[in-house]
Amino acid sequence: MASLVSHPDEVRVISKRFGQGATEIDRYLQLDGYQAVQKALGMGADAIIAEVKNSGLRGRGGAGFSTGMKWSFVPKQSAKPKYVLCNGDESEPGTCKDRLIFEHDPHSVIEGVMIAAIAVGSHTGYIYIRGEYRYLSVIMQKAIKDAYAKGFLGKNIFGSGYDLDIYWHGGAGAYEVGEESALMESLEGKRGIPRIRPPFPAVVGLWGGPTVINNAETLAAVPHIILGGADWYAKLGTPKNGGTRLFCLSGNLNKPGVYELPMGYNLKKMIYEVGGGISSGRSLKAVVPGGSSTPVLLPEEIDVAMDFDSVAKAGSMLGSGGVVVLDDTACIVKFALRTMKFYRHESCGWCIPCREGTDWLEKTLTRFHAGAGVKKDIDNIYYLSENMLGKTFCPLGDAAAMPTMAFVKKFRKEFEDHLDGKPCPFEKQGAAEPVLA
Amino acid sequence: MRFSDEFETRFAEMLTHYPTRRSALVPTLLYAQDEVGRLSDEVIAELAQRLDLTELEVRNVISYYSMLTTKPRGKYTVQVCTNIACMLRGGEELLDHCKKKLGVGHKGTTADGLFSLEEVECIGACSWAPAVQVNYDFHENLTNAKLDEILDEYRKKGTQ
Repeated sequence: MASLVSHPDEVRVISKRFGQGATEIDRYLQLDGYQAVQKALGMGADAIIAEVKNSGLRGRGGAGFSTGMKWSFVPKQSAKPKYVLCNGDESEPGTCKDRLIFEHDPHSVIEGVMIAAIAVGSHTGYIYIRGEYRYLSVIMQKAIKDAYAKGFLGKNIFGSGYDLDIYWHGGAGAYEVGEESALMESLEGKRGIPRIRPPFPAVVGLWGGPTVINNAETLAAVPHIILGGADWYAKLGTPKNGGTRLFCLSGNLNKPGVYELPMGYNLKKMIYEVGGGISSGRSLKAVVPGGSSTPVLLPEEIDVAMDFDSVAKAGSMLGSGGVVVLDDTACIVKFALRTMKFYRHESCGWCIPCREGTDWLEKTLTRFHAGAGVKKDIDNIYYLSENMLGKTFCPLGDAAAMPTMAFVKKFRKEFEDHLDGKPCPFEKQGAAEPVLA
Repeated sequence: MRFSDEFETRFAEMLTHYPTRRSALVPTLLYAQDEVGRLSDEVIAELAQRLDLTELEVRNVISYYSMLTTKPRGKYTVQVCTNIACMLRGGEELLDHCKKKLGVGHKGTTADGLFSLEEVECIGACSWAPAVQVNYDFHENLTNAKLDEILDEYRKKGTQ
């Protein structure tokens, strides 16, 4: 069980039931549970979509696409069944927020899936939870069972004549499956290889039927929007960036944790006030603002509003809300290497630029960090990364390339300090004891 | 071959969730592995037959997912995260400590068959780093000393 934190600047919407025992359905009902879905049934599909569009809710998985817009792409008439798929395959390094939602408020995700299904005219929803989160899968299976027992799921929900089934599904370890088309492949019982688009999932998705895929946090926000209204939700954030989001603060901070803050909250304040500043009195070196795939920001670049558009303007991405903070003892070359090692491990191997690119980059960075690099390696690291950009079926290649290019661009001096056989300036002094390979 | 009643109930129910039998494959493989210890030839043949797949199709899926294994492992798999957030807070030192304490390397298993060690990618515990998963249990905000206590607990439990 992950521990909870709090800060006075928090605006609790998604996290308002955290620590309140809302995994129990009766407690969830006391806390306004399953009110939104009943309201949504009365509103009808078009009004729900309009409300979600107007709320400014954007995808919390990382891409930041308008949720209402995504739903509106699903055709009204379809010969094949339509589906809603909740993406709970949280695996972007730096991100640990969906875990808390499933742990503390699983019914809010179920209710979000229900509202999405009503909005697009689907009668079947799936909640996909990564395999490592077994305890959350247990919580979710019970929550779904309890919702069926109350008659909230199944035939004729809330006497509306609308039939709706929701099922859980589990992964078995794969970052790539968090990508929407690979997620569908995985749910269909296959290797998580991405699909080419178009057609987009909203038109051709699970088993060929139109499919809406949203992140767990996105769906958990939906019931609150339906109950509180689009205007209320939109005003919590900044223009075109409605609401709040769960920011996962990690790294060299005094008070790491998952905090719910309004969209557009200042990053500097987030680090120094909410996160308690840099640990051990050290100074800030760099911030990865939205999960491992987002380009690094320098200390002078962090006076930025944490919403999708502002962070993009600052040259990075809001991503999945994982804010990773590095102090001045961290080696950027090593950090770049560890990031690349991850993407090499997770590349599914389908697209050659990503499969070969991540492999060569890991090899080059390993050699470089060990002091056996040559000067042209630095440009080569950048060049190899650049050549992965936009050349793959899914964004995993981009996710590996973007941060690496930023590391080289912003910390070239530090790369140069590793040249000519010099030992890494950040490695701990003294001979390390040999350990098993 | 026989799985537990719990497995059979879940499996039968899962088949009703999807329009194709194959869709139940990934979670079923993991639950089967949890019971048998690994995805043995026998398990693969059984699940292939139940889901109307060839054994090759099942093996293709197994090789994709990092949690699935055809090789035997210890009773407790100690999975140490060394990804960026854990690395910044001592994840690599924790892994080295485990290697020394258990006397095995990455993907190694102790001679008594009690522990396997694995360096893993992000397990979603970034704000509580460094973190380790032992089988499915999360252990967070760790130090070498805290991890020693935890491993000793498992050792006690496993040798009872």
